[in-house]
Amino acid sequence: MNSLIYKVGANLLFGILLVFSIFMLLRGHNEPGGGFIGGLIGAVAFIVYKMSENIAATKKVLRVNPEHLAVFGLTIALAAGLMGPALGEGVFAGQWLFVGGTEDTKGWPISSVLLFDIGVYLTVLGAIVALVLEMERHL
Amino acid sequence: MSPVLWPLVIPFVGAILCFMTRHTGIDRWISVAAALAHTVVSILLVVEVADGSILAVQLGDWPAPFGISMVADGLGAAMTLITGITGLAVAVYSISDVGQRAAFSGFHSLFQMLLAGVTGAFLTGDLFNLYVWFEVMLISSFGLLVLNKGRDTLRGAMPYVALNLISTIFFLTAVGLLYGLTGSLNMAHLRVTLDGLEPSMTLSWVTLLLLLAFGIKSAVFPLFFWLPAAYHTPAFSVSAIFAGLLTKVGVYALIRTFTTIMPLEPLFADILLWCALLTMFVGVIGAAAQQEVRQILSFHIVSQIGYMVLGLALNSRLALIGAMFYLIHHIIVKANLFLVAGVIHRVTGGSQLKSIGGLYAAQPILAILFLIPAFSLAGFPPLSGFWAKYVLIQASMELSDWIAAGTALLVGLLTIYSMTKIWGEAFWKPHPAGDDALHGKGIAWSAWVPIGTLAALTVIIGLFPSPFYAFAEMSAQSLLDPSGYIEAVLGGSAP
Repeated sequence: MNSLIYKVGANLLFGILLVFSIFMLLRGHNEPGGGFIGGLIGAVAFIVYKMSENIAATKKVLRVNPEHLAVFGLTIALAAGLMGPALGEGVFAGQWLFVGGTEDTKGWPISSVLLFDIGVYLTVLGAIVALVLEMERHL
Repeated sequence: MSPVLWPLVIPFVGAILCFMTRHTGIDRWISVAAALAHTVVSILLVVEVADGSILAVQLGDWPAPFGISMVADGLGAAMTLITGITGLAVAVYSISDVGQRAAFSGFHSLFQMLLAGVTGAFLTGDLFNLYVWFEVMLISSFGLLVLNKGRDTLRGAMPYVALNLISTIFFLTAVGLLYGLTGSLNMAHLRVTLDGLEPSMTLSWVTLLLLLAFGIKSAVFPLFFWLPAAYHTPAFSVSAIFAGLLTKVGVYALIRTFTTIMPLEPLFADILLWCALLTMFVGVIGAAAQQEVRQILSFHIVSQIGYMVLGLALNSRLALIGAMFYLIHHIIVKANLFLVAGVIHRVTGGSQLKSIGGLYAAQPILAILFLIPAFSLAGFPPLSGFWAKYVLIQASMELSDWIAAGTALLVGLLTIYSMTKIWGEAFWKPHPAGDDALHGKGIAWSAWVPIGTLAALTVIIGLFPSPFYAFAEMSAQSLLDPSGYIEAVLGGSAP
């Protein structure tokens, strides 16, 4: 798009949307949000960027091939789901690791639940951006 | 891991492996292997539920109705198996049908994702989770549609995506209303809660929205226009798997929702009945007007969807058995016809009926393999379609619904018309460019094997319908009386 207003606005929006998408991803653990919606918002950020620049610039700013991102996300999401049965529990049973716990506090939690959400985030972001770029290429 | 989850995990793993190996050429074999494994575990699943038992798993060990339940009952397991079989047939077919460029772009990976989405939709016991599987299906099917294709495909893909998104909005609205009404989205728990509720305006809205949402997905009259626009442009493997499975997920969702979760109110059953009859009729008339092989077949999908929805709308035990029988029969036959259409295209060099011909002289075996699914589609005895139609028509007569019975018979006759049109033009008449045009155009083994196998399945179901009928009867029984389903999901202590 050849509008100066849009280009300046898009640069601002790009960063805000990306931060917001991560916020939504992390918020999703106990409140509305999560990997799916976060990934969608992240994809919107790159689509906004694409509309102000072009496909090549978008690919450059994304650094990784969006398809690779999607499959990587799928892989860690699946791995997070299968951690449960690997440790003798049900599929998708959350696995927790508490780092630096003392007698009073449980410590810093690291969980397969968050890993799953990050996987979904990357899958959705990668897949949507890949689809949009592929479509734009044909138009 | 529970046998319910294997058919879900396998295609996901397959998708990841296919993507990693997409530049090496072994991705297609991984796809075949994954589809084979999917079929095998689905057979085991069907064997487990064949005695009427229902398997349920709670994901993450969260007890129902708080977590997500995955459930395999007769209908779910049968649909999973048929997904495996169709997936395997198309995976083998795509060995020669899908070119290197499409494979590099991740065709096999998307294909496995699509199978995962379809399987998930058949096995989930949670209404919101069903939406998630719909999204998995939608994204991967959209990817398959636009893969390395030009503007023509995009033109067909846009209405497909737009209408599916509208359907999603209806579905989510209904899910939201239902959650507000009952506080749960677990199918078994919904049934328990809804049974204790008085009929209300909200519940009618939910029914209407769900009918619209799944009606769009399954291409019921008057919401079917996206289907013939999208199904005739992509690669033949893609349109075969779409034709076999995608709209049938919509039909499955209709059947599941309006038997297990909430039985249809008489008013909505009437609406659905008329939609079903019009779907059957308009689809077959639309097909008669088409001149391109895949477009004729696409309109027939619409017409056949009508039969399955009719089974649900009639709302009797026999009619449900008929609908189930029809689902299974239709998926096999329709996928096969699209595969044959691919071979027709490769051998004769076209799909427009007036520019092709001469196949009977050049490929007599292919002619027979076309006639089997084509006649089955029209309902010739002793093929599978005959029994499917027979049960449905008998169910209509049992309810003295002569209009439904008459329409079903008439549409069967009109189906023969389009099938003979393809037969006459593509097989019987000489090729317009002379019969030499077909010389030296061989058919790869990877096309013969799936087409032959699916045709054989059609014949087997036709000759030995009783075990299939018994299975459908068992499944219909558990749909009409979901106490076993509820017991399996919620355990003895229904809250």
